[in-house]
Amino acid sequence: MEYYLSLFVRAIFIENMALAFFLGMCTFLAVSKKVQAALGLGIAVIVVLTITVPVNNLIYNYLLADGALAWAGLPAMDLSFLGLLSYIGVIAAIVQILEMFLDRYVPALYNALGVFLPLITVNCAILGASLFMVERDYNFGESVVFGAGAGVGWALAIVALAGIREKLKYSDVPDGLQGLGITFITVGLMSLGFMSFGGIDI
Amino acid sequence: MSLRKILDNYEHHFQDGGRFQKFYPLYEAVDTFLYSPGSVTRTNAHVRDGIDLKRIMITVWMAVFPAMLWGMYNLGYQANDILAQTGGAVDGWRGAIIGAVGGYDPASVWDCFVFGALYFLPIYLVSFLVGGFWEVLFAIKRGHEVNEGFFVTSILFALICPPDLPLWQAAMGISFGVVIGKEVFGGTGKNFLNPALTGRAFLYFAYPAQLSGDAVWTAVDGYTGATPLSVVASQGMTGLQDSYSWMQAFVGAIPGSIGETSTLAILLGGAWLLATRIASWRIVAGVFLGMFLFSSFLNLVGSDSNPAFSMPWYWHLVVGGFAFGMFFMATDPVSAAMTNTGRWCFGLLIGFMTVLIRVINPAFPEGIMLAILFANLFAPIMDHFVIEANIKRRLARV
Repeated sequence: MEYYLSLFVRAIFIENMALAFFLGMCTFLAVSKKVQAALGLGIAVIVVLTITVPVNNLIYNYLLADGALAWAGLPAMDLSFLGLLSYIGVIAAIVQILEMFLDRYVPALYNALGVFLPLITVNCAILGASLFMVERDYNFGESVVFGAGAGVGWALAIVALAGIREKLKYSDVPDGLQGLGITFITVGLMSLGFMSFGGIDI
Repeated sequence: MSLRKILDNYEHHFQDGGRFQKFYPLYEAVDTFLYSPGSVTRTNAHVRDGIDLKRIMITVWMAVFPAMLWGMYNLGYQANDILAQTGGAVDGWRGAIIGAVGGYDPASVWDCFVFGALYFLPIYLVSFLVGGFWEVLFAIKRGHEVNEGFFVTSILFALICPPDLPLWQAAMGISFGVVIGKEVFGGTGKNFLNPALTGRAFLYFAYPAQLSGDAVWTAVDGYTGATPLSVVASQGMTGLQDSYSWMQAFVGAIPGSIGETSTLAILLGGAWLLATRIASWRIVAGVFLGMFLFSSFLNLVGSDSNPAFSMPWYWHLVVGGFAFGMFFMATDPVSAAMTNTGRWCFGLLIGFMTVLIRVINPAFPEGIMLAILFANLFAPIMDHFVIEANIKRRLARV
């Protein structure tokens, strides 16, 4: 239990997807103008990550990894070269299902997220989490916790950024830096603050 | 001719169409520094009060004087104490001045003070001039007023630097803090991180070998020792109590960054800030409470492998930069939370994070700086949710 807790905390703060690995930057920068939308997207990312990482974990361990097809009588088979293709396919399918679900049951959130929901498909934080899972050899339980933690960390970062950007509406940024320029600087300064976790070993 | 008249005589040169029109912010800064500004609010409803941003900033600036004066004395005392044992002396221009006006006697207040001033004043002067240069440059180019904010930024920055900091690093740090931390957002009141801490954190990560806070900072070449916080991390509380008594740490007779050593002197300045209501007591109380609760919790939990778990709250208060950060850094009205509930949460988060970084993170011995920067990131979102909750509560009443 304690092990899973520390994995969860590590995925949220120390290995924060957005502010330590700078993954998922496109949506991170684009949908952080309003706290409400950022919150919605954050929740969507949490849901997608919590589902896709374990599903990809199953696919990797029972279909793709070296010798994974032993249960089908093919112990010499190594399909791991199909990894990228399968992960992104799984992510795309799950995002589609989530989109239909939101359209039917939570239309307000569906409208708020707009085009960014399908864009989650190509959010590198989502694919990144699946690749980290493979690289670090997580088992099924670990990948559930890691997926949820990575999602919560990313959501926390985007909500904080949206809060700061709402506050920065009152600032007086030089012309050349307005819009994305100042947002890049803001994100850089945020990751300076997140450095406080760097080096924690739990 | 009175000063007011001299200023008035020159004013037309700086106004639109005058010879020095571009330098109006400079004139305005000098004028309002000396006299209350003549401009008044033109719309109908507003609160009348004698205090304005400039007076607030000057009050903060003066409130750090006890810590600064003690810091200078203590810096000299620590260095002279070592020099008295090793029999060394300081070379260069500092040595010449010390030779001319004093000596190296650790028992003499004057000698220690001169020694400390010779190390502190250059750092302060550099950060003041470089920080002021950027402030004035942006004010002239962008047409905003020169704000006394940089008085505060530069003195706070100088006080949280180690005494042996090379001056070019001081210039780098304050430049980053003022330009990236504040001016790119439009100047005082528009930034979201504390500029002095941003500059200090920049140095911390850019030059970790000199600035990490593992080794003790004294103004003596080649002398090394462990700071109180890294002593705790490696040898536990008994190790710390062997080298310093609690009273010593409270009064400030320990090595460290210039302004942070004396909790007593900081309390004096801090009490004044609280009494004048310039610093929010909610933030200070929140920071203290967060630190108290989490460190007591860690005391109860205990740990076999990490001796810092057993460090009690009254030691957390007096070593490192905790007190300085609590009174002067966390209470920065711009980067802190602005709603009352938000201030409590903001303070609690800082106190909690400070202890977390000090005790649990082995990479950094001191945590208050990063804790405040981290809490700065979440201050706007705390305010956002407090305001949302207020709106919801009041809508329900309609």
